[in-house]
This record gives sequence, structure tokens and C-alpha cells, in this order.
Amino acid sequence: MSTNGATRAEICAVAVADAFRGDGEILVSCFGSVPSVGARLAKLTFEPELMLTDGIASLVENVLPVSGKAPAAVVESWVPFRSIFDLLWGGRRHVMMFASQIDRYGNQNFACIGPHAKPQAQLLGMRGAPGNTISHRTSYWVPNHSPQVFVPKCDVVSGLGYDRAAALGRHSSRFHDLRRVISNLGVFDFATPDHRMRLASVHPGVTREQVVKATGFELVIPAELPETRLPTGAELALIRERIDPEGLANKEVRA
Amino acid sequence: MDKRTTAAAAVSELRDGMTIGIGGWGSRRKPMSIVREILRSPVKDLTLVTYGGPDVGLLCKAGKIRRLVYGFVSLDTIPLEPHFRAARQAGAIPEVRELDEGMLQWGLYAAAIRLPFLPTRAGLGTSVMEINPELKTVRSPYADGEELVAMPALPLDVAFVHMNRADARGNAQYLGPDFYFDDLYCMAAQRRFVSCEKLVETKDLLAEGSLHTLRINRSMVDGVIEAPGGAHFTECPPDYGRDEAFQREYAASAKDEEAWQKFRAEWLEISESEYQRKVRARGAAK
Repeated sequence: MSTNGATRAEICAVAVADAFRGDGEILVSCFGSVPSVGARLAKLTFEPELMLTDGIASLVENVLPVSGKAPAAVVESWVPFRSIFDLLWGGRRHVMMFASQIDRYGNQNFACIGPHAKPQAQLLGMRGAPGNTISHRTSYWVPNHSPQVFVPKCDVVSGLGYDRAAALGRHSSRFHDLRRVISNLGVFDFATPDHRMRLASVHPGVTREQVVKATGFELVIPAELPETRLPTGAELALIRERIDPEGLANKEVRA
Repeated sequence: MDKRTTAAAAVSELRDGMTIGIGGWGSRRKPMSIVREILRSPVKDLTLVTYGGPDVGLLCKAGKIRRLVYGFVSLDTIPLEPHFRAARQAGAIPEVRELDEGMLQWGLYAAAIRLPFLPTRAGLGTSVMEINPELKTVRSPYADGEELVAMPALPLDVAFVHMNRADARGNAQYLGPDFYFDDLYCMAAQRRFVSCEKLVETKDLLAEGSLHTLRINRSMVDGVIEAPGGAHFTECPPDYGRDEAFQREYAASAKDEEAWQKFRAEWLEISESEYQRKVRARGAAK
């Protein structure tokens, strides 16, 4: 196996960028270092029209690094939370959220672990996950793939999965659109007849058995299982020199 | 009309069991001097509606909250609010109404414009519908027939927001990057109090910021409280940023009862003027 010198985090970041391929002129919202690197990489290469925020209330036209010395932001628009809610309900957004738990249909939980009435661990709360997932493209980033995250059933559902969306009917769920789940072990999608999670590719150096063992439900696995693509030389240079010179993303991914 | 008043006078209007709304977002531009005044008062059994930050942690820790209506509770740079977490995990908040954060806006907006509910897709199919059993859906009366969540209005007895500038009549101005939902809290409430960093003459408001920053007009406000540093330790740009060192100390006070009692004695069982004096002294010592 050769990874042309790319780290696992860099491979993940390229997989994130590929998840935004074709998105065009919409807002991409990311949480975590690897997704932030991936979104910037997509904007600097094949998706130049993507819109990114400064994390506060501005859309920033130039691509700011996630680590190291940043140039001045070129603000292109103002997006206070009021505008963000309008924009996301209008559908012009692709969000990549964390998942503390995710099941085979892509139901996601980052609200709490244990019963909601008295949780063992209170986490973020519902935040915007219910509205995001029923309104626009959603993907997930899991830096620590394990059976505690990929679970048979979420304790609480904050982000809507395909089975629950189907139960709402085709009309009510017409904007529901889960794209990818990217973990430190592989890339997953829902390209199956009943939208069960499928292992789309394993990262170089990861085996099918490793993924199966780290997943608490049965994945759909194609007979011919591809490897996640490696970053190109140009992509690696952009990540290391322009986007993440201090290697913040490498701190987020074990393995 | 001159609406200048004090935090003590405003908080003295609260009665046990009232529903209050607290503006800002997470650990951003929260009316903390008002929160501290509520902590000094005997009021209890409050319903709190908020985009939650340390207001939630402090009021929960002090046992003031019977019912909490929220989408999240966060300190931003410390993603999980430790006092809120502890209260939730101990089952110490009798009733929680956890919503999608957009639903919270819709509930405030419905109350503001006197509608019983506003329709939304947010919440459909998720646990939001299960953990909030009073939520109902409504079917579009038009050809599409779509079923939507009927987010009920969240009317407030009293709203508290903190702004950068205000005049004595209640015209209030934010100068930071986001006005959050502060105008909606004011419009959704029976009694509305604005604390501000600095009181200015009406004629000077436009010298402070553009026309668009005058988001709250005097019909939305009953009382104005000048409270320099009133958002501390949350951020209040451009007047000041978040006091991260202080916030870390606040978060660390959730470690055990001893740490909490120490924090409480040092920062909460004192007057607001003494609090502000001590904060300034800390800054000078750095």
C-alpha cells in the first residue's frame, strides 16, 4: 500500500472535498478541522462557487486557512443567524455535522446519550439538526469510527435518517438528502434500494474487516470494494502550504 | 417618556412561575448583569426561553428554573455548558422543552406577531416530536396538502436583552455582527427590559452605527438600564470580547461543590458595582 505520503487526515479531507463536488453556489457549513480543510480544498479546486462563512456572521470570498497566518478576510455578504435560518430552510446549503451516534439509515444523534428525560451524558442538544436534515443536503464527519458511534439505534434522533424520512411520505421528505458519512476508516453513502448505509470505499491502509468490526450494525458492502482516492500532488500542496500549514487536521484523526 | 430604571427594579417585577426570555446567543451578548440580579432575588420556578449560554447554567445551578425551552446550551469556546450538563444529568430541571433552534425563532416570532403558531418542517420525523408531546402538526389547506409542524407561539411575561447602545426612551442599537433574536424576545413579551453598555442621546444614535443597527424601537421596550460591562463574561463586540479566562473559571466551578461555593462567594454574592470593580481590577492586574 502506498499513500504517496498523504496522512489519513489528508485522505479524509479529500473525501470531504469530494462530498461537496457538484454543489455549486451554496453555503457549505462545516464543524471540525478535517471538514473545514476539505471544504476549502473543494473551493480552491473544483467548486470555486462554494460559499464559506467566517464562523460568525460574514460570508468570506477568499479562502482563509484553518491554521497559521491568515490574510485579511474579503467579506462578500452578511449572514446573521436570522439569514442563516432563512437560507437553510430555503435549501441553499450543504452541512457537514458531527455524529455522536449514527444508525444504518443515517439517523444522527448529538443531543444526549441515554434517555432524554435524564441523560447519562448531555451533549449539544438538538441544535439545528432537525431543520437542517429535512431542508437540505447533509453529510456527517466521524473522526473516531467505533461501535459506540455507529449504533443499531440512536438514543435520541436529532438528524433525520432515511427510514424516518420515508415514513413522512415522499412529499414531506422531498428535500431530505443525506449524502455521505466520512469517518477515519472510510466513506459511506446511502446508494442502496432502501437507503441503508453502504461502505463506498475504505481509506488506504484500512481493511473491510476493520470497518465491520468498528460498526455496530450490518453495512451494505459491495463485492468490489474500492479504496478512497489519494490526494493529488496539487491537492497535498494546497492543504500543506495554503489551507492547514500547521497540520491541525492531523490532530483530529487517529490512525 | 424616560424609561430609565435599574436591574433591581426590573427583576423585582418577576413573580414565581413566570415565563422569561433572555436574549443573545450562547456566550454572546447575554444580559448577564440581569442574570446576576435574578440570582440575588428570591424568585423561583421560572420558565426560561433562550438560545442558551451561561444564563442557563447559572439559573439552573441556583435552582431558579422549573421549565427550560431551548435549542442548545453552549459557551461557544467551551462547547458544552458544564452547569447545564450537570443539571440535566442529575435530572434537576423538572421540565425540558428541547427544540430545533429554528423552531425557537418561529415560536418567538409567532408570539411577536400574535399568531397561535407558525408552520415549519423542522422537527418532523425526529425525537423533537417525541420529547415535546404537546407539539402538533397541521396540514396545508392548499393543493399540496403538506403536513407541517405547528410550532406554537412562545409568549413571554418578561424579556431581557443586552444591547450596545440605547436612548432613555428605549430605542436600542446593536453594534456587533449579529442582532440574534433580541427584537423578537422584546416583541413576544408583556414587559421588556433592555440593558445597554452606554446610554446616549437619541440624536447621537446614528453617530454610533448605521440606520440598520437600530433594530429595537421604543414601542418594544418598557425599561432601559445602563449597565457598562453588563454582558460580562460573555462577548459584547465591539465594546469588548468574551472574557475567556473568566469563562474558564466559571466552567471549572462545576467541578465540585467546593469550587462552586468559592465561585459563588467571589462573584455572585456581591453587588453588580462590586462585580464590575473586581473585573476591572483583574484586567489591570494582567
